[in-house]
Amino acid sequence: MILKLDNIYKDYIQGKLVVPVLKDVCLHVEKGEYVAIMGPSGSGKSTLMNIIGCLDRPTSGSYELAGQDILRLSDRQLADVRLHRLGFVFQNFQLLPRMTALDNVALPLIYAGVHKKARRERAREALIRVGLEDRVTFNPTQLSGGQKQRVAIARAMVNQPDVLLADEPTGALDSKSSRQVMELFEKLNDEGVTVIMITHDSGIAGCAKRVVTIFDGELAERKEEVAQ
Amino acid sequence: MLENIRLSFQGIWSHKMRSFLTMLGIIIGIASIISIVSTIKGTNEEIKNNLIGSGNNTVEIGLVQNGQTYWIYSSSDIPFGIPQVSDEVCDEIRALDSVENVTRYNYRMGGDSVYYQNESLSGVSMRGIDTNYFATAGYTIRKGRNFIEDDYKKFRKVLILDKTAADNLFPDTSPIGKTIEISKTPFTVVGVVELARHFEPVISSVEDYYLYANESSGYIYMPKASWPIVYNYDEPDSVIVRAVSTDDMEDAGQKTADILNKTISSSQTEVKYRADNILEQAQQLQDLSAATNNQLIWIASISLLVGGIGVMNIMLVSVTERTSEIGLKKAIGAKKGFILGQFLTEAAVLTSIGGIIGVATGIGMAQVINRISGVAVSISVPASAVAVLFSMLIGIVFGLLPSIKAANLDPIEALRRE
Ligand SMILES: Nc1ncnc2c1ncn2[C@@H]1O[C@H](COP(=O)(O)OP(=O)(O)OP(=O)(O)O)[C@@H](O)[C@H]1O
Ligand SMILES: [Mg+2]
Repeated sequence: MILKLDNIYKDYIQGKLVVPVLKDVCLHVEKGEYVAIMGPSGSGKSTLMNIIGCLDRPTSGSYELAGQDILRLSDRQLADVRLHRLGFVFQNFQLLPRMTALDNVALPLIYAGVHKKARRERAREALIRVGLEDRVTFNPTQLSGGQKQRVAIARAMVNQPDVLLADEPTGALDSKSSRQVMELFEKLNDEGVTVIMITHDSGIAGCAKRVVTIFDGELAERKEEVAQ
Repeated sequence: MLENIRLSFQGIWSHKMRSFLTMLGIIIGIASIISIVSTIKGTNEEIKNNLIGSGNNTVEIGLVQNGQTYWIYSSSDIPFGIPQVSDEVCDEIRALDSVENVTRYNYRMGGDSVYYQNESLSGVSMRGIDTNYFATAGYTIRKGRNFIEDDYKKFRKVLILDKTAADNLFPDTSPIGKTIEISKTPFTVVGVVELARHFEPVISSVEDYYLYANESSGYIYMPKASWPIVYNYDEPDSVIVRAVSTDDMEDAGQKTADILNKTISSSQTEVKYRADNILEQAQQLQDLSAATNNQLIWIASISLLVGGIGVMNIMLVSVTERTSEIGLKKAIGAKKGFILGQFLTEAAVLTSIGGIIGVATGIGMAQVINRISGVAVSISVPASAVAVLFSMLIGIVFGLLPSIKAANLDPIEALRRE
């Protein structure tokens, strides 16, 4: 079991009002699984993803990642977990505009204290894995949406994380680019990477081996539909 | 760290105009300070050069009482128990390693008893000198002749004028052969001397400095042997030594004073010999000029403060502008310290560049001041280095608040923007 969330509650305080966003969420993910999280807007998908991604802490519940009790870790230790165990892909790519694709991909390696030469080498390998070996020196402004997302995936993968987290990775892409990104996810999953992905699109969700739905902060499995 | 510095340069370069405007306060502040400091240093060196640097390394050793120069205005002022400096004592002084030459003289300030064609020559200084005087003090004969052996042996009533006195008294004619009355005794002018090195006044003491500032009337010299003809008594001598080098001046003065003080009778406890401490006098003058300029430095510092606040302001804007970048970095694993370091480095690099430009501008301004007003300037390398380091410090101090703000950004909030 790589990921074990149990009885997760998350409340936001709005003035005097307590807004419950996640209610008793339990999610167990095995190593090598490919999970899609679906649900309508405002149902709490991103909130759940932020908790899984160690960016946010639940109001209550327990969370184990690769055997580590995440909720007992300090902010500093959480930064290390994000750096080494998790890879992030965002809807709007979040590439740094003034850096080349290579430097963008190498960014997490700086925080990991990897030396410059090794950084460039590993970043280049990661770009080759996503099929962008001929775009290494391009700036994000010179890349298409699909290419940008693939650079972002290379960045997420460069530190060899256990889990790849993607919040609407195809939300800003056309269908062709979306398909490429999905193929890439599948390939990474085949190589043993655990993938957790949020999506609105049931077609995209169909690429995952397991789909969970979230309604108004409550999580449910949807095994039957995937089987068909 | 190097990576951070490189990234900072990139960031600054990509916002050239904004970066320059941000630096402007620092540039102006540092430039003002550097130009002021250069002017102070230039003035100080000029004062020092004027005092020491008539270039002949002479030190005057005279009598003092309670630390003040002991002036002899009339024979009643002659202190007891202080013999004239003998030839043997002179030889002992000349034998010092730091001493090249030595001379003895008697003096009177003012020239109330000096007349030329019934005109009193007040303001002229009188000196009765030995044969070594001009050689030691660095004068050369310009007209006529030097004193000779016979002038001393036969107590001849002869005079030599320095150039200032000669120009004042005989603006149109040659002074040679003219008769000047001193205390009703007629003397004949036989020569005119001038400083060998350059034709500016030798400023060898604070008194001289003010004296020359108010224009001195010059010196009249007579053979020491003839001094008692006019002033009736053998008076205690003053001494000038010429040191081997400028660095030897203090030692030469000190040791000469020690030798001379041994000759003083033990019952004379109030008046003794002391060497002019020229460096100390230079210091006094320098302090005077520095005091006024220090106020200017305070004013320039205010500009640095304003510059620092400008840096803080722009850094805060930059943090807001780059919120999503900071959020992304934190999300993918950058620790707080890294973000903090990145922004501090950027602020420090920005103000350091400002400091370097400021130093360059300040040096340029100093040169312009020198051209326009003729004030001496001298560039201080340590001051320039301190200025750049100080600019860096301003960046770190005023960059701290924005950097902490950046480091504490919540990545979720930050990523949700845009
Ligand atoms: N910081 C916050 N303060 C208060 N309420 C919040 C905060 N963050 C999220 N919420 C609320 O939590 C609920 C879930 O938000 P979340 O972003 O998780 O939705 P989502 O499922 O990701 O929606 P979408 O598909 O539109 O991205 C929303 O109703 C939102 O208003
Ligand atoms: Mg969302």
